Amino acid sequence: MALDKILTVKGRAVPFMGDDIDTDRIIPARFMKCVTFDGLGEFAFFDSRKEFENAGKVHPVDDPRFTGASILISGANFGCGSSREHAPQSLYRAGFRAIVAETFAEIFFGNSTTLGIPCVSLPREQLNRLAQLIQEKPATEVTIDLTSMQLTAGDWKTTITLNSSARQALTEGKWDPIAELLEASDSIQSVASGQPYISGY
Amino acid sequence: MKRSLFQKVWDAHTVGTLSDGRTQLLIGTHLIHEVTSPQAFGMLRDLGLKVKYPERTFATVDHIIPTDEIAEPFSDPLADAMIKELRKNCKDWGITFFDSSTGKQGIVHIVGPEQGITQPGMTIACGDSHTATHGAFGAVAFGIGTSQVRDILATQTMALSPLKVRRINVDGKLAPGVYAKDVILHIIRVLGVNGGLGYAYEYGGSVFDGFSLEERMTVCNMSIEGGARCGYVNPDEKTFEYLKGRPYSPKGEAWDRAVEKWRALRSDEGCAYDDVVNIRAEDIAPTVTWGINPGQAIFIDENLPIVSDLPEKDREGAEEAYVHMKLTPGTPIKGTKVDVVFLGSCTNGRISDFAEVAPYLKGRKVAPGVKAIVVPGSQVVSQIAEQNGLARIFRDAGFEWRGAGCSMCLGMNPDKLVGDQLCASSSNRNFKGRQGSPTGRTILMSPLMVVAAAVTGKVSDAREVFDIHPAKA
Repeated sequence: MALDKILTVKGRAVPFMGDDIDTDRIIPARFMKCVTFDGLGEFAFFDSRKEFENAGKVHPVDDPRFTGASILISGANFGCGSSREHAPQSLYRAGFRAIVAETFAEIFFGNSTTLGIPCVSLPREQLNRLAQLIQEKPATEVTIDLTSMQLTAGDWKTTITLNSSARQALTEGKWDPIAELLEASDSIQSVASGQPYISGY
Repeated sequence: MKRSLFQKVWDAHTVGTLSDGRTQLLIGTHLIHEVTSPQAFGMLRDLGLKVKYPERTFATVDHIIPTDEIAEPFSDPLADAMIKELRKNCKDWGITFFDSSTGKQGIVHIVGPEQGITQPGMTIACGDSHTATHGAFGAVAFGIGTSQVRDILATQTMALSPLKVRRINVDGKLAPGVYAKDVILHIIRVLGVNGGLGYAYEYGGSVFDGFSLEERMTVCNMSIEGGARCGYVNPDEKTFEYLKGRPYSPKGEAWDRAVEKWRALRSDEGCAYDDVVNIRAEDIAPTVTWGINPGQAIFIDENLPIVSDLPEKDREGAEEAYVHMKLTPGTPIKGTKVDVVFLGSCTNGRISDFAEVAPYLKGRKVAPGVKAIVVPGSQVVSQIAEQNGLARIFRDAGFEWRGAGCSMCLGMNPDKLVGDQLCASSSNRNFKGRQGSPTGRTILMSPLMVVAAAVTGKVSDAREVFDIHPAKA
């Protein structure tokens, strides 16, 4: 179960700004009627895209200027609400390999990290600047470097943050912890037998 | 060293530290349902792994189950495939499944406590963000993603970073007509929908001491709506009283030994918290949401906020909310016409919720043109309500009394809003599209406020509708 070391993510970006973008918005519940994650990519932001369309507007994700973007830019508390892993799974399948936001909801952050999707943070001012830069020049290549903790967009550069355990997990190719969890089976047994509700009161 | 309950439970369940610095935490009790588990079982099969401790996982079906007709096959073939997949996985691995035929099926967060599976001092996880509900018993309970469901099935552990603990004291006396739901909506309004980021919430103070376990569950349930990873209340005699005699509770002498152990399971007097917030019970009034996240809330007698009066960071979200909700800033929310009322969910679908509001509903009728549904949180709740006459009060008033499940809280079953219907709902989320229609509108409120909306056909102050005055309390 060797995993790739995720040191950099490079690609074009798409800004879908706004705070508190919840996981129902990322993937509406009705698309969770499935027993595998396959095919969820097409449902990413489904209703949100429809809403733009109905209003005679183009959702950034559907905007041809941003076609092929692999880095999503959003606001604060991204991924709040439901714990559904379907949300990062659908974003991954829609081609996203990293997310830049002011802050992330914790369950979403953990789910994304386990899939190898870095969720990096920028202060509001830098975030808005990045979004504006991409709006003006959608073809700009963005590089997220998890070693130097720098984000580069064209000739603009800024410092990103990511908590140390997620950074380490990603850069050392241990973002899916299952192999390491399995190694501890003796200690697990011992801690489990120490719980009265498991071993008996 | 004085420790909080969170720290005690965390320490007791720590298996080790992973190379990335996270803790490998034993999850003693694992709850699963049909939506977030099938992929996890699939991953196990792909990796050639086994369910390590099948006796520590319990399953039920709740999100997709129809509430009118549970004979299979379901009319929705996708939903039918999901229940069958769960049934098969449980059978293959020897996992207890509270199936629709057992009389014990229901919303996972209602079934766990009801069966006595949820106990003080446990670590609990479930692939559902409302798992914090179980914290009402002094358990530390996390909502998780599907990969973590896989991790727990395979190892009974998961990787997690430690949390800070914020103590939230609510002291004083709640006014008549103000409920646990108003308390948590108020907490979220005060601290924000992301105010809990990085925190476990420990709820306490005289209001929580006085709360029943059901009321504590209502508050803990919505911790995630405030951004907190989990929420809990220290266990006390009420906790033990609730658990006594439940199917999975310890029996006989083991019960006495368990209670003795549970009594020590509380935050030490004078332990350090990372943050403390004090709220006066008297400052809380019946609360309703007006926007598209649970923090966009006001007291029922307030006017809808003027966007320019809000902090700058909240304005864009407020504008988006007003467009979706079709409400007018500066006007009262009271009087807004409702199309649907929904009473149920893991937040407010317990027998106590129905028992509290039924006396007010008795002898009244649902307003013409309003669709009113009650969805009990479990089959057990439903059976009790049928036996003690509560269900009849709702039916006589014109409510549809349904079968158990998540139902219109998230619209994964046939119960959905249609078009831009506005729903007065006792559930936990008012996100765009949450109740099954992309343009549907949700106003969150307490069960009594839902009943007030049902009988008046509009968002109403239950204290006025039902003549509830402080003096008469």
